[in-house]
Parts: sequence; structure tokens; C-alpha cells
Amino acid sequence: MALNISGAIEGSFQLIGGNFATAGEASTQLKLKLTNLGVHEDIIRRAAIATFEAEMNVIIYAAAGRLHYYITQQSIKIRVEDMGPGIEDISLAMQEGYSTAPEWVREMGWGAGMGLPNMKKNSDKFSIDSVVGEGTTVEMVINFS
Amino acid sequence: MKLSELVEKLALDVKTFKDGLQIEIKGAYVSDLLSDVMANAGKCDIWITLQTHLNIVAVASMKGLAGIIIVGNRPVQEEVLKKAEEEKIAILTTPKPAFEVAGKIYQMLK
Amino acid sequence: MTLKEIAEILNAALITDSEYPDINIQNACSADMMSAVLYYHTPNSLLITGLTQPHVIRTAEIAGIKTIVFVLNKKPDDSTIELARQKNIPLLSTPCCMYTASGRLYQAGLPGCLNK
Ligand SMILES: Nc1ncnc2c1ncn2[C@@H]1O[C@H](COP(=O)(O)OP(=O)(O)OP(=O)(O)O)[C@@H](O)[C@H]1O
Ligand SMILES: [Mg+2]
Repeated sequence: MALNISGAIEGSFQLIGGNFATAGEASTQLKLKLTNLGVHEDIIRRAAIATFEAEMNVIIYAAAGRLHYYITQQSIKIRVEDMGPGIEDISLAMQEGYSTAPEWVREMGWGAGMGLPNMKKNSDKFSIDSVVGEGTTVEMVINFS
Repeated sequence: MKLSELVEKLALDVKTFKDGLQIEIKGAYVSDLLSDVMANAGKCDIWITLQTHLNIVAVASMKGLAGIIIVGNRPVQEEVLKKAEEEKIAILTTPKPAFEVAGKIYQMLK
Repeated sequence: MTLKEIAEILNAALITDSEYPDINIQNACSADMMSAVLYYHTPNSLLITGLTQPHVIRTAEIAGIKTIVFVLNKKPDDSTIELARQKNIPLLSTPCCMYTASGRLYQAGLPGCLNK
């Protein structure tokens, strides 16, 4: 696949907790960027889903965060770090169906406990790191081939 | 139609209240939002959902629903099953998505 | 199935456009939980949902969903409609509940989305 990338392309988006009106904007823009670079649509889909789930978790659970992307010929790396409550038990949080989303969030269609599993499923490399009271960092790599 | 017939025709996995399958189903309701089900589901409806939060049991009990079909292969926490057993609410599971389960039941109930 | 056929089956009104865009829908997904929508394989899909907020439009875009049908006559606010127009995602609103909408479309031959 001939991608139109020389060196690396990187950038970041600021995310603000509770801001549902623009939630998903960062992922949408990243999707557009990958489309313009000529990345295969299945790969874009996976990257967009993984990024969107990470973005939504910052909107829902944290005060603020930052989404950083790093694109090369081979892959896209996405790092989403937030200033939030952190996660006490990561292996529990990774279980499908586990959610602490409050009622008002569930009434908006989130809180299925599928976000982290979706991120893991759609990325080739996934890692999550969290400190209670400080924040959470999710890192994902999606290979282009 | 009896709930037992539905279990058989859709190959549902009966998780709780096995004694409650003789109940007659009046209709069906599809939703993942508890407030929506509280407002709009009818008595003896079978509830089709992806929602597995503990409060689904209380909602089903308050509304007098015929049972809950949890779709899409969703894991159901032990705590939820225990509560459903206590409250005599049948929980049934299936790997099929909600659209298809609703579609099949719609044809059977007509 | 075309959008026009879907609208007829559901007695639905088209919110975003004045004419039916030429879209071929191949399967449908009924859900209110957005992560479930993102879990299913949904290119060329129709989403049937009871939620009308802007993040539903964004979820549809990310998942590759082509059209959204809102049940129980629900209508999104103007900013959400505008967002859907920008993203080229036609919106329909039907008086049917999610059960009836799913039932009628399934009966008419539309299959459900696949599990990946
Ligand atoms: N950035 C975060 N900060 C704090 N807690 C988090 C964060 N991300 C996830 N969690 C915790 O992990 C749980 C599981 O997250 P996950 O994204 O899998 O599901 P969810 O957000 O509850 O529901 P869904 O993503 O399906 O809408 C959350 O309910 C929350 O308790
Ligand atoms: Mg989440």
C-alpha cells in the first residue's frame, strides 16, 4: 500500500470532561486525516472506533485530557491521557460488561462496559496505565498492514 | 404465546426463574434505556435489551414484564442473576442481536 | 433496501433532506447503547435508536452507519440535524417503537448486523 507519508505526522487534541456536545470531534478529525492520507478504510474504521471509545471515556469520567496521535508509513499510534479519578482495578475495568457509569450517562447510551474491550479488539497493541486520583493513559497502535 | 415456546423457538438460554416459563407473553419491547422501559413497556411484555445493569430486575418487576432477553452474547453479572432469581424475573440470553430477536418475535406474535 | 422503502414501511418522515438520497441499506442494528453499535460490523447499515443527541450522529459516522431512524416520533434539535447534514447521514423519524420498527423491517427482508 502506497501511503503518502514521509517521516511522521503528529498532533494532538484537547478533550474537556463533560462536554457531550462536541464529544467525538477529535476522533472524527483523525478519521478525516487518515482518509486523506489514503489509509485503507477497514484500518481507518478500527482506528476511529478505538479512538472514539477512548475519547468518550475522558468526556464521561475525567475532568480533562489530551489525545495525541503519531502516524508513520507503518502505523498509527494513539495516546489518550487524562486528569481524572483513575481506575482502581484495571483488570476488572477491562471485563466486558463492567461499568461504573452513573444513571444519567446510561440514559445517554453509554455505560455498556464495552469501551475498553472495543479499544483492545480494534488495536494491534493496547496498553492502559492508571493512577487513582491522578489519571489514566491509554496507548494504542494500529498497523497499516 | 407462552414464554417457554419462545425459549424453544429462539433457542434462548434460560438463566433464571425456570419455573416462570409458563407465563403468557402479551407483546414485546426493545430498549436499552431504563426510563424508556418504565414509561412505555406494557405488562407481560418480553423486554429485549443489551442493558445488563442491576436495575433491569427492578424495572422488570415494577412493570410486571414477562421476562428479559439479553441479546448480543452479553455477559450478565452474578449479582444480577441472583437478584432476578429472588424477584422471580426470567432472564434469557442469546448471541443474536436485538434487531433479529425482535424481528423473529414480531412474526411469532402476529 | 432503499431509504424510501424503509420510510414507507415505518411511516417515517425524512428530517434532514427534502428528497430521498439514493442509499442502499443492507442491514440494521437496533440499540441505544453506543458502544454496542461500535461493536457490530455496520457498513451500509441502518441504526434504529431512541436517542437523538449529537454524539449519536458521531457514533454513526465512526461506525460507518448510513442512516438513523429515531423511534417514538422523536426529533433531534436543530444543531443535531445540522451535524447530520454535514456528515451526510440522513435522519428519519417514525411513530413506531423500536420493537415494531425492527419487526416490520425484518419482515420485509432486512437482516440484522453481523457480530464481528
Ligand atoms: N479514563 C477513565 N477514567 C476513569 N475511569 C475509567 C476511564 N476509562 C474507563 N474507566 C472505568 O472503567 C469502566 C469500564 O470502561 P469502558 O469504557 O469499558 O465501559 P463504560 O465506559 O462503562 O461503558 P461503554 O464504554 O460501553 O459506554 C468505566 O465504567 C469506568 O469505571
Ligand atoms: Mg467507555
